[in-house]
Amino acid sequence: MSCGSSRVATWNFSGCFVLLVDSLSMHAVHKHREVHDYLKTLCPDLHITRGEYDEEMRYPETKTLTIGQFKLGLCHGHQVIPWGDLDSLAMLQRQLDVDILVTGHTHQFTAYKHEGGVVINPGSATGAYSSITYDVNPSFVLMDIDGLRVVVYVYELIDGEVKVDKIDFKKTTTASH
Amino acid sequence: MISDVAQDEEKWLAAGIAGLQQNAFYMHRALDSNNLRDALKYSAQMLSELRTSKLSPHKYYELYMRAFDELRKLEMFFKEEARRGCSIIDLYELVQHAGNILPRLYLLCTVGSVYIKSKEAPAKDVLKDLVEMCRGIQHPLRGLFLRSYLSQVSRDKLPDIGSEYEGDADTVTDAVEFVLQNFTEMNKLWVRMQHQLQYHPIFILTRLALCLENVHFASLGSCLPLWCYSACESFILLADPVLRLAIGLSGLQGPARDKEKREKERSELRDLVGKNLHVLSQIEGIDLDMYKDGVLPRVLEQVVNCKDELAQFYLMDCIIQVFPDEYHLQTLDVLLGACPLLEPSVDIKTVLSQLMERLSNYAASSTEVLPEFLQVEAFSKLSNAIGKGSCVKKLSGKGKITDSKATKQIVALLSAPLEKYNDIVTALKLSNYPHVMEYLDNETNKVMSTVIIQSIMKNKTCISTSDKVEALFELVKGLVKDLDGTLHDEIDEDDFKEEQNSVSRLIQMLYNEDPVEMFKVICTVKKHILTGGPKRLPFTVPPLVFSCLKLVRQLQGQEENPFGDETSTTPKKIFQLLNQTIEALSIVPAPELSLQLYLQCAEAANDCDLEPVAYEFFTQAYILYEEEISDSKAQVTAIHLIIGTLQRMHVFGVENRDTLTHKATGYSAKLLKKPDQCRAVYACSHLFWVDDQENMKDGERVLLCLKRALRIANAAQQMTNATRGSTGSVTLFVEILNKYLYFFEKGNPQITISTIQGLIELITTEMQSDSTTPDPAADAFFASTLRYIQFQKQKGGAVGEKYEPIKV
Repeated sequence: MSCGSSRVATWNFSGCFVLLVDSLSMHAVHKHREVHDYLKTLCPDLHITRGEYDEEMRYPETKTLTIGQFKLGLCHGHQVIPWGDLDSLAMLQRQLDVDILVTGHTHQFTAYKHEGGVVINPGSATGAYSSITYDVNPSFVLMDIDGLRVVVYVYELIDGEVKVDKIDFKKTTTASH
Repeated sequence: MISDVAQDEEKWLAAGIAGLQQNAFYMHRALDSNNLRDALKYSAQMLSELRTSKLSPHKYYELYMRAFDELRKLEMFFKEEARRGCSIIDLYELVQHAGNILPRLYLLCTVGSVYIKSKEAPAKDVLKDLVEMCRGIQHPLRGLFLRSYLSQVSRDKLPDIGSEYEGDADTVTDAVEFVLQNFTEMNKLWVRMQHQLQYHPIFILTRLALCLENVHFASLGSCLPLWCYSACESFILLADPVLRLAIGLSGLQGPARDKEKREKERSELRDLVGKNLHVLSQIEGIDLDMYKDGVLPRVLEQVVNCKDELAQFYLMDCIIQVFPDEYHLQTLDVLLGACPLLEPSVDIKTVLSQLMERLSNYAASSTEVLPEFLQVEAFSKLSNAIGKGSCVKKLSGKGKITDSKATKQIVALLSAPLEKYNDIVTALKLSNYPHVMEYLDNETNKVMSTVIIQSIMKNKTCISTSDKVEALFELVKGLVKDLDGTLHDEIDEDDFKEEQNSVSRLIQMLYNEDPVEMFKVICTVKKHILTGGPKRLPFTVPPLVFSCLKLVRQLQGQEENPFGDETSTTPKKIFQLLNQTIEALSIVPAPELSLQLYLQCAEAANDCDLEPVAYEFFTQAYILYEEEISDSKAQVTAIHLIIGTLQRMHVFGVENRDTLTHKATGYSAKLLKKPDQCRAVYACSHLFWVDDQENMKDGERVLLCLKRALRIANAAQQMTNATRGSTGSVTLFVEILNKYLYFFEKGNPQITISTIQGLIELITTEMQSDSTTPDPAADAFFASTLRYIQFQKQKGGAVGEKYEPIKV
């Protein structure tokens, strides 16, 4: 964050929901202590919220943080019913009062841009089974935050090939916090 | 003083060489003039120089080498003589007239060599005679070199099978007997040396020899042939005076070091003895049976009986190095059985390490040898010897490092084939491999299991049949269940988690695309993991459940064959298995995890249109919620999962659905904290309104839920008022407002403009009230909600029209 531009990686492991700031690479590993220690080695600025498989109670249900001009919200998503429903997620976004809301749970990658900001679901980094989504592809998201602009890169592994998508979002100055 | 000693020795050596050269000169003359008598006379005098006792083994060796070269010339002469018609038998008799025994025996060996070559007598008879005659020299150093000469001249004349000196039926035995006898005698002499060589003035040389030994042996390995080793040594000795000097200055001092010095001297001569074993290993005719019954027991007998630490350590190593791997494999019993009989000070650990290194290289050399390993239970024998078997007394004295080293060795040995072939499947085919692992102690067994799993992970090995899975679980059972005598409290919790995570990953790797076989695989996994006990089930049940659910999904599209026999794989059958498996997990107890898995299954049953099955899973989840989940935080999560799943179910008829939604709403209203109650209750509103299902749009009950949520929010505020003296946050009201907007937008006719308007006013009033605790987060939430309404109004179209009447 020192040079005004930040890179944020987010992904969802079976168990915990993860957001790394200033990290460039990631791999699928397993949960709890082992994972936590591993993630710490990737990036010390690590933010985790509780997933439904976490017996680890110390992670919060939601978390917000500010990077540059952007306010980010983090929530695993099993608490938002109906699961994966964009209108309901938008409500959470209003509640957390964030520009970018990152959620998971469905293992289905989505990135949705609306008047209030962006709702991102990075999917599942491991491509694990989900009762909600058939044909889960392993995926994760990188975000480049620079001034009022955020570029979201989505990496999806489809039949052994990595597909990269890009979503551009510019924050209007009228949205004030 | 030290340099004096060295100088003296140099002088004696020089004198010896001078005497030798002088006699050699006359001998050459006699040879040139075909004067046999003079040749014998001068050669005997030349060889008399070897009778000296003044030289250290090192210097003696230098002298011996000169004599050896001369004897080659003499041998050539004898051959010529024989060719010219001189009777070799007569010659053999003739040389025995030499006056002194040492020269006589050297000459006898030289003629003997020609005698064998002439084939005028069977090789075995001549050899037997020679080896017996050499008993005449009992001085250790002289005897050793004499016998070394015998070994050298006879090595290409053994009556081996296929050799031109092959004799009658027992010819190989004769060859072996000869070498064994020479070996035994040499070893005896060598061992005796420690008592004889006292106060020899060779400190520096000993030191140097040690130095050289380090240099050469470290780089070239300890089975370097003696001659090569000695040649290098002599070369360096002569070539590098600086080195010599440096070593000389830092040489050992004082008589206290005598024993040590003697041992070092003796050590220099070890390859003379060891070379016999090398010769033995070169005998073609020694087959496995002979090695097993005749050769090895005899060699070991000598090794054990000599009761000498240096000899035992060296010879054990020698045996391991010179004989073929497959022989070691087949005689492990014998070899390992000798270990406990060795002197207590012998470093057995290193000996065994060498053996294991050889065997692991062998195991890695080819797939074909693996069955051989298993057949002889090589692994168990080794581990017994190292871990808990007969060597344990010797090893236990050396502390834990030994154990971990032994563990590393055995793991390396067992892993070798895995690493080599990147293929556990080969090992799985061998029914004995897992059986073998039973012999490992628990710790080693676990390490080995981890190695196996890592190998599978690394190579992405596909283990796809139930037979292989069965074998695999046998193999890694150290991780899958408690082995006898494992002390639970000794296991570090993080280590345990890591271990179990690896098992969990392994379960996910097991896959077969054929549903019938996959079901068999699943049944096998289930059978094994259910023996794992309460600590392991939370790790092993979830991956199995997900494997099952994937299989269900695979079968989902397919019509069930009504004529299918009992054995065919159906979703119903898988669900039965799931029910049993999760039940086992639930009684661990692990209610939260079990509840989540039951709900996953319910949704899968929903996708298969199996209403009774889905209902059963929900029932199980509810029972766990009611009876087992008491922690209020856990209850909140569980309720969210229940509502979230139930909201997605479409398989239920009215009756079942009513029962389940009624229960879920009831649970929600009974949560401990009012805010949690409120949120769960408004979440329940989604149970009555599903967007894409026309028959699930019960606007009235949605409204009932939201009203109930409002009442709870009110109660929450009053409670805060009563306890803290100020009204709590309006957040809950704003959340409910958002829910009203949600259903309003979805077209629920029960949600009217006036209710929304009323709610907005309520919130505004509350926020302006002096008694309300300021909450910036709630203010921001409300502000962004109002912005949202504004935005929707401006959107135009149907939505804009809908929102138009709302005043903000």
